[in-house]
Amino acid sequence: MAPRVALRGLRKSFGNLEVLRGIDLEVAEGEVICVLGPSGSGKSTMLRCINFLEEPTAGSVEIDGIDPSAKGVNIDRLRQRVGMVFQQFNLFPHKTALANITLPLRRVKKLSRREAVEVAQARLADVGLANKANARPIQLSGGQQQRVAIARALALEPDVLLFDEVTSALDPELVKDVLDVMKRLASGGMTMVVVTHEMGFAREAADRVVFMDEGVIVEEAPPRELFERPRSQRLRDFLDQVL
Amino acid sequence: MERFARLADTFFDLEVMRRAFADLLTEGLVNTIYISASAMLFGLAGGLVFALMAISRRWWIRLPARAYVDLFRGLPAILVILLVGLGLPTAGIRPFGRYTPAYAILALSIIAAAYITEILRAGIQSVEKGQMEAARSLGMTYLQAMWLVIVPQGVRRVLPPLTNEFIILTKDSSLLFVLGLSLGERELYRIGQQVASRTGNYSAVMLAGLFYLLITIPLTRLVNYMDTRMREGKPGAGEEEPLELDPSASVPGGRR
Repeated sequence: MAPRVALRGLRKSFGNLEVLRGIDLEVAEGEVICVLGPSGSGKSTMLRCINFLEEPTAGSVEIDGIDPSAKGVNIDRLRQRVGMVFQQFNLFPHKTALANITLPLRRVKKLSRREAVEVAQARLADVGLANKANARPIQLSGGQQQRVAIARALALEPDVLLFDEVTSALDPELVKDVLDVMKRLASGGMTMVVVTHEMGFAREAADRVVFMDEGVIVEEAPPRELFERPRSQRLRDFLDQVL
Repeated sequence: MERFARLADTFFDLEVMRRAFADLLTEGLVNTIYISASAMLFGLAGGLVFALMAISRRWWIRLPARAYVDLFRGLPAILVILLVGLGLPTAGIRPFGRYTPAYAILALSIIAAAYITEILRAGIQSVEKGQMEAARSLGMTYLQAMWLVIVPQGVRRVLPPLTNEFIILTKDSSLLFVLGLSLGERELYRIGQQVASRTGNYSAVMLAGLFYLLITIPLTRLVNYMDTRMREGKPGAGEEEPLELDPSASVPGGRR
């Protein structure tokens, strides 16, 4: 079976700046991968390439074995298989929490209003916010907004869910609720690629941890091995700084 | 004293006003609102299309929009009105037959679309990049994301300058007098002006002015109210989050 996500020789430049310098990574179904690395190491850019928000300069990104640059592939359709949760939540401020979720269900998945509302309410319940369906984003805390954003991505039943530093913009006391939701997803078999600074989460929830620096993957290993027996000096330096 | 009486007679002759009142109210005001509101609607539709073209990444889509805006913001309104309203029919292009108000609306719409393009472009570009990315990551196409997510937010932010544009349009509709609108089709200014040229008395023009103020002053207040609400970030002004910038200040479409 084809891996959920396959990056092969992925390179990405912005002008003269080469942010990704050859990334090879496969994510199997149900696997949870945490991506660590100093800022500017290319973690977020890699994630954005998986969701086709950035076009690779070279190399390829495949989802379920499908290359979006191949002939006859509809990139909007392929994108539906990949959900993404952002650091800044990016909820639609002119819509209620419920409408944030029903909008793509109705317009992209073409569900009826009733079906869409049913799914949206179920997903809001999943993230513990069933009672906030009619709240506007501005009326929610950062943690609640982020959980709505997760519910919104989940509602489309993606094959893989990407998390881009989703707790970095949150007050410390709000981080736990969001991480709890993510842990539940991880143990529930969701395929996830998580860019994070939360070492505790990586240790506990990840099947594999990837350490990136200067646009390449320096090390990858199961969390216990990576944290306890770092092989490279760069990872040792990084762990010294963050732990 | 005599001078004062003459002043009062020329501008405030109640008898002249009384006789012009019915025409101004039932014909002039109705047509002014009908023409301005129609032009605003078509201007919004055209402006939205040009605004979306103006932010395209492809230069050959941007170029026509830029050229359109430059052209019709750069020309005097009365020139466009004359060319479209009288020139086109004279040249044998008569999509609306002999129904002059339609040509009037077309001329004003063309002008309004140019200004509204710039207002909407500013509004759309003020929406955070993350909104488009979130919408696309949910599987929406570019146009779906624009129509369902970006444009609704962008438009709310530029409601004050849009209302302002409607005020200007209402006032500019007075320039339509050059088209010689016939009985029943006349707007406020045309009626006042006809009375003035017939009688040499300007009271009907003064009354027409009063009717304009009846439309424009409440709208101006509304703009100020929306501006204040938005600046203070109160919900209910159509915007949930406080704006860092006064959008009307960043809109290059403002005039007069």
